[in-house]
Amino acid sequence: MAAYILRRLVQTAVLVAVMSVIVFFGIHVVGDPVWLLVNPQMDQRDIEAAIRALGLDRPIWEQYLYFIAGALEGDLGRSFIFGEPALRVILERMPATLELAFAALAMAIVLGLPLGLYAGLRPDSWASRTIMAGSILGFSLPTFWVGLMLIMVFAVMLGWLPSTGRGATATWLGITSSLFTLDGLRHVLLPAFNLALLKMSLVIRLTRAGAREALQQDYIKFARAKGLAERRVVGVHLLKNILIPVVTVVGLEFGNLVAFSVVTETIFAWPGMGKLLIDAIQSLDRPVIVAHLIVIVMMFVLINFVVDVVYTVLDPRVRIGARAA
Amino acid sequence: MSVLDTGTRIEADRAPAAAAAAEETPLRRLAADFFESRVAAAAFALLCVIIALALLAPAIVPQNPYNLAEVDVLDSRLPPGSRAMAGYTYWLGTDGAGRDLVSAMLYGLRISLAVGVVSCLIATVIGAAVGLVAAYAGGRVESLLMRLVDLQLSFPAILIALMLIAILGKGVDKIIIALVTVQWAYYARTVRGTALAEMNKEYVEAARCLGFGHARILFRQILPNVLPPLIVVATVQAAHAVALEATLSFLGVGLPRTEPSLGLLIANGFEYMLSGKYWISFFPGVVLLATIMAINLVGDQLRDVLNPRLRR
Repeated sequence: MAAYILRRLVQTAVLVAVMSVIVFFGIHVVGDPVWLLVNPQMDQRDIEAAIRALGLDRPIWEQYLYFIAGALEGDLGRSFIFGEPALRVILERMPATLELAFAALAMAIVLGLPLGLYAGLRPDSWASRTIMAGSILGFSLPTFWVGLMLIMVFAVMLGWLPSTGRGATATWLGITSSLFTLDGLRHVLLPAFNLALLKMSLVIRLTRAGAREALQQDYIKFARAKGLAERRVVGVHLLKNILIPVVTVVGLEFGNLVAFSVVTETIFAWPGMGKLLIDAIQSLDRPVIVAHLIVIVMMFVLINFVVDVVYTVLDPRVRIGARAA
Repeated sequence: MSVLDTGTRIEADRAPAAAAAAEETPLRRLAADFFESRVAAAAFALLCVIIALALLAPAIVPQNPYNLAEVDVLDSRLPPGSRAMAGYTYWLGTDGAGRDLVSAMLYGLRISLAVGVVSCLIATVIGAAVGLVAAYAGGRVESLLMRLVDLQLSFPAILIALMLIAILGKGVDKIIIALVTVQWAYYARTVRGTALAEMNKEYVEAARCLGFGHARILFRQILPNVLPPLIVVATVQAAHAVALEATLSFLGVGLPRTEPSLGLLIANGFEYMLSGKYWISFFPGVVLLATIMAINLVGDQLRDVLNPRLRR
């Protein structure tokens, strides 16, 4: 197991190096790095001074080393808009994004599991058909369109929930989050539901398929033959067994949730990382764009790594396959 | 029935004399299978209507929404059913610039579909070529190409698209590049998987014995046999491309304002939605939704029909 993790760690390091080359050369080959790193509103003399100061007159491989050295120290340039280090601007917004993704994940499981279970236990009832049709909708509806409709119905027409911002936050156990205040919860409800919809469809389908498969198994028949109450058969014997794949797959999808929060954050003016990226692209705040790309790549490499390791722990077949290879 | 058999049926399509002579042609059987599902038939009909509307947009809409001479700013944000100064009715209302929403939507649909289809075609060609070469070459080439595919598929599509747009900037060509980059890996993986199975079949061996060149074996022998799964992936990916383009345009990092796709129309209506003027965002969204659903349903049915294992 340790050898496997070590090997994955080496692969991850190689991946990060490759990605840094791609991001760096992508920016240098496609665009002019001077405009990427120097505020175009400065005058000519300042620009030339900045080019020298940033080492942009050096050969490209030397610049790459310079860029890596800076990145390793956490220096990814200063934001034109905020006048602060780009990395700090991004990291300040990370909790809001993680909070939204977490809330969405919880919602997907809490709502998706019972619905999927019902659809699996009574596959032919009209309610199950409705649930399944709904899950198809959840897959094909564009996230941003659902977000708009949620705002239209719940914020504009009914006026029940706020449609923008994060609301009040509170600190508990050292974590500052809007999940700990009533106002914050009211704010998180719509965006989290919006983000959760796609994953909820996934949970419903997985649970339904798992339940239908498990119902054919001997241990369910045996539990019934023993005369156990239906509640116990479903709640303990069935649920325990279908929960493993559901939780695994949903965990794997966490990175996807973070990625899609770009859309949800923009619609609901949620002050997270995704909205920052869109704003930075719109206002050509290039240091933030570059730093953001690097943070995103690092985050995903990390998520993929953790997911792979967790998956290996949960599913021994992966481990055996890796050893054979 | 095997994949090989599906391939020979496609070959048979190309021989018009033989196809016409046979009582039940492969294409007809395929069509019969396809239209067995009423949902799929309805989706197919809807898709045809949508494509026809997009193609014929300039001929059927009352105004060219991007000809300033035809648009009256005084008519902006009128609710559905209002009368225009020029005499016709705004059946679905007007947007913030006074454009007839029906006209703007059909023009937007044209752009959305064009971008989706073009990017999908390019991605199909690139992905199929990569997949075929990987399967045929094997060894280092294969593992290098497939590592690249794995790497790319481990990142969510929207993230890759956003990263590319951030580096490349806005524009129709940039969006198409981003959509192609996001999609090609799916085709490559599918084609490689199918091609690997095909490689072991006797007809490939026969072609080798006959001394055919690599290119001929790849593109004339194997390619037709990997077409069915390729078509299915292409349909699903076309829907994804349309949705992704709409999402990027909605976020304001997609198509420029001079090429207003459905996503941009929806984004434009967003600011008026909070004041209760729902129609500017609502109707383009419905059209977008109908397009994506129709393509997806057609794709689902195609998958069932083209999958030889599910043949009844």
